[in-house]
Amino acid sequence: MSRVRIPPTLRSETEGAREVEASGATVRELLDDLVGRFPSLRGQLLEDEELAPFVNVYVEGEDVRTKDGLETRVDESSTVILLPAMAGG
Amino acid sequence: MPTYRELLQAAKAEIEEVSPMRARELLESDDPPALIDVRERDEWEQGHIEGAVHVPRGYLESRIEQTAPDRSRPVLLYCAAGNRSAFAARTLAELGYERAISLAGGYTDWQRSGLPTELPRTLGPARLTRYSRHLLIPEGGESGQLRLLDSRILLIGAGGLGSPASLYLAAAGVGRLGIVDADVVDETNLQRQIAHSTDSLGEPKTDSARRRIEALNPDVEVVPFRERLTSENIERILEPGWDVIVDGADNFPTRYLVNDASVWHDIPVVHGSIFRFEGQVTVFKPGSGPCYRCLFPQPPPPELAPSCAEGGVLGVLPGVIGSIQATEALKLALDIGDPLVGRLLLYDALSGEFNEMKLRRNPACPVCGESPTITDYVDYVEFCAGPLPSPAASPEENGSGR
Repeated sequence: MSRVRIPPTLRSETEGAREVEASGATVRELLDDLVGRFPSLRGQLLEDEELAPFVNVYVEGEDVRTKDGLETRVDESSTVILLPAMAGG
Repeated sequence: MPTYRELLQAAKAEIEEVSPMRARELLESDDPPALIDVRERDEWEQGHIEGAVHVPRGYLESRIEQTAPDRSRPVLLYCAAGNRSAFAARTLAELGYERAISLAGGYTDWQRSGLPTELPRTLGPARLTRYSRHLLIPEGGESGQLRLLDSRILLIGAGGLGSPASLYLAAAGVGRLGIVDADVVDETNLQRQIAHSTDSLGEPKTDSARRRIEALNPDVEVVPFRERLTSENIERILEPGWDVIVDGADNFPTRYLVNDASVWHDIPVVHGSIFRFEGQVTVFKPGSGPCYRCLFPQPPPPELAPSCAEGGVLGVLPGVIGSIQATEALKLALDIGDPLVGRLLLYDALSGEFNEMKLRRNPACPVCGESPTITDYVDYVEFCAGPLPSPAASPEENGSGR
């Protein structure tokens, strides 16, 4: 299980949890597991089964877009951070 | 006990002196010496040799290493008549400077020889006092403060982030502050928007902020734009020329306009955003780091984009994030330190933690990538407000910076 940090803008979809556990060997599997349990996250993270253009996923501090995208490998010990665009000012 | 004259003779016997003409040859050579004016401030203000750095003799020992760190590089010193600079040259020799030269006859003979001089720009007594704590910082100093007074910073939004950012930038003596905001002050703003106050309720935020800024620092020229940023007005708003943009907008359409404009106009953007207890800050500097679209190629559809109005925000949070934005803007204006380029700083007020994410340029970025697909401004308000299921969170209800 990897630890996934839920940003404040998405916590209403995870019953307020700041961090949840999810399993998967790749970011795609991990997100599938996550949206299986929190279905309203799907629209916030994925668009046509790809990463939505208004969200970033970081594995160990690195943007998966600059790695292998949804196929980026995730370890059991990885910390995954979901980072959607935030506009508030 | 030696007399002054004997002391001076002894000093001159130990050091190298050059005539004004020889000094000029040295200064025009391929390997010119560092030129230091050791006179007092009032003398310097009446004119000095071009390219000289002012280090009064009383501060010579303590400041010379900052001014001339390389002891193997020759240093040419001058005063009014060549006496104080002779003592100064001896002091530098004691400090290990390999070649400290004194200008014989000083500034007086230099002028008499018809050689070029310049009148310095100086702060004047009132500003020397107002900015004294900046002047004491080696990275600032008088030249840094003059640079700030010449700098022009555009604030997008005079709301949560724009309030502290504009006040600190004004206090710091940024010469020109542009403020873009279409809103008027309402009661719900005052929990966090400290540029406004109870007696400015109902007033345009640009007017309210301007009054506060002018009361804080009359050196600052405020340029108000009481309008919402759009593809129609953005070129006009950028037209006067801005060195840095501080983005404290409260909606995606504005943030994407700011980003695309900053890439096309090559202006760094200090980006900040807040939600509940968390904030984000980074610097998007065209050419040297990613842009907003490298991070988020497209804005979320309106129904997925919560704004402050619905999500809420801890009142002090924009104080933290807006102040970091002001700090980054000053660093950029002064060209000092390491700006947050390619780094996204996340602040979680509840856990009291700062985290940093690496941001990289995206070669496929639609605006700053290798083959851009976006080459004209996009108004996401209309784009997004189309056939979408839930118009409830439509961002066009909010002005920038609300």
